[in-house]
Amino acid sequence: MTKQQANWSPYDNNGGTCVAVAGTDYCVIAADTRMSSGYNILTRDYSKIIQLADKSVLASSGFQADVRALQKVLAAKHLQYQHQHNKQMSCPAMAQLLSNTLYYKRFFPYYAFNVLGGLDHEGKGCVFTYDAVGSYERVGYSSQGSGSTLITPFLDNQLKSPSPLLLPARDAVTPLSESEAIDLVKTCFASATERDIYTGDKLEILVLNASGLRREYMELRKD
Amino acid sequence: MFRNQYDTDVTTWSPAGRLFQVEYAMEAVKQGSAAIGLRSKSHVVLACVNKSSSELSSHQKKIFKVDDHIGVAISGLTADGRVLSRHMRNECINYFYSYESQLPVGRLVVQLADKAQVCTQRSWKRPYGVGLLVGGLDESGAHLYYNCPSGNYFEYQAFAIGSSVTGCKDILRAQDALFALRETLQGEKLTSSTCTIAVVGVGEAFHVLDQETVQALINEFEIAGEEAPADEAAAPDQAGDSESGATAADQLLQWTIPQQPHLSLQEPVNWPRTLLLHACFHGFLGTKKRAALVLHCKAPSINRERQPEE
Repeated sequence: MTKQQANWSPYDNNGGTCVAVAGTDYCVIAADTRMSSGYNILTRDYSKIIQLADKSVLASSGFQADVRALQKVLAAKHLQYQHQHNKQMSCPAMAQLLSNTLYYKRFFPYYAFNVLGGLDHEGKGCVFTYDAVGSYERVGYSSQGSGSTLITPFLDNQLKSPSPLLLPARDAVTPLSESEAIDLVKTCFASATERDIYTGDKLEILVLNASGLRREYMELRKD
Repeated sequence: MFRNQYDTDVTTWSPAGRLFQVEYAMEAVKQGSAAIGLRSKSHVVLACVNKSSSELSSHQKKIFKVDDHIGVAISGLTADGRVLSRHMRNECINYFYSYESQLPVGRLVVQLADKAQVCTQRSWKRPYGVGLLVGGLDESGAHLYYNCPSGNYFEYQAFAIGSSVTGCKDILRAQDALFALRETLQGEKLTSSTCTIAVVGVGEAFHVLDQETVQALINEFEIAGEEAPADEAAAPDQAGDSESGATAADQLLQWTIPQQPHLSLQEPVNWPRTLLLHACFHGFLGTKKRAALVLHCKAPSINRERQPEE
């Protein structure tokens, strides 16, 4: 007698790719804006990125309904934090909160693959990368989502010093300048778009630095 | 005489049909240090007196931000006020989570009142010993509400709670009265360290004004206050300080008679923000200064209980 199986799944994968790169005094967070389901495109203009606090930006790919729910929970928790402590959450604090929030649903996870980017207490860029149940690590750069397998090896090659492959990582952040990092990210997405069907349409880039937050867009191939 | 027999339990009525425990709770509010609220069409200002138990200790926080669009000033048991503020904050957060829009002030106030009522009908609880002036802005405009420990709430154009405000409230309550905010700090010097002011308005999230801003406002205000005539009998509410060349004068000169001479709840006057702040200061001013500001208006039903619109 075989076990009864469900004939539907609570999850769907809406595709998409997210990338973040940390610099000495900036952080670049980018994601494409395509939302798909199977072989269909649902929309070409959906943002996967949200600014949770002054110095924390979250980009998530995966199941966008779960992503949206996760964003709302974090935003509400951040508001409570602000009421209690009279200040915004720091990026490392937000990183821990995200991890705890994900693990809270260990047995019915958020189908969200997250990259959290921001500035730490010293103003240096920081990137935290997660799995679906909250395991996280601070890194110099990261990529998640459908195009991550194409992008990560390229970033390993280009950003040698913060790469963990050159153990131990010599720098926690890349020595590249802000504009160089942005160009690198654009190149990553342009390449990933060529080979990954779930990545494309438009690229949304957020740059966090001492002067605040800046948004940029770049067109990607629509096929 | 009967008061002592029927006042042990909140769930015991007196023969006269009163719940003394609830009334005692309202008494606690009256003993707290003063809090004042005023509103116009587009802004609400909350102000409170900072009372500290000794010169060496800090003063208690009496104004709380509840959300970007709502703030509350309390008088009475500050601990109760803190707990209720936390509850209100959570209500706002939960509402926003569910509906992605801001909780209307009227609804928050009803929820708060219902929570207070529960404590008047349980033998194992006691009423909250704090009065709350809830000021906020929503789609239907700016609102100022007063929540009692009894579970009642009222909407006000302007209100004051706490100690030394009876003069203030009497005047507010009087029909056809010259509306004057009087002293609560009996002769004490008004400085930025003795009072806290918070504002919420159109295009302006709820925030507490910092010490420098408050001191600057007090300075302007006191310059103007000195010059203005202390003529209450037939006081038109024009600023009487054309002699003073200070910038305060310019601001006060904006106080022309409001277009509608009535201060009614339906049509709050379109007071500029500075007017509200200055009016607040008048509430704090000592008799020595002879509160010169007098807002000429009819205040027919300022204490009317008002149901929030849904």
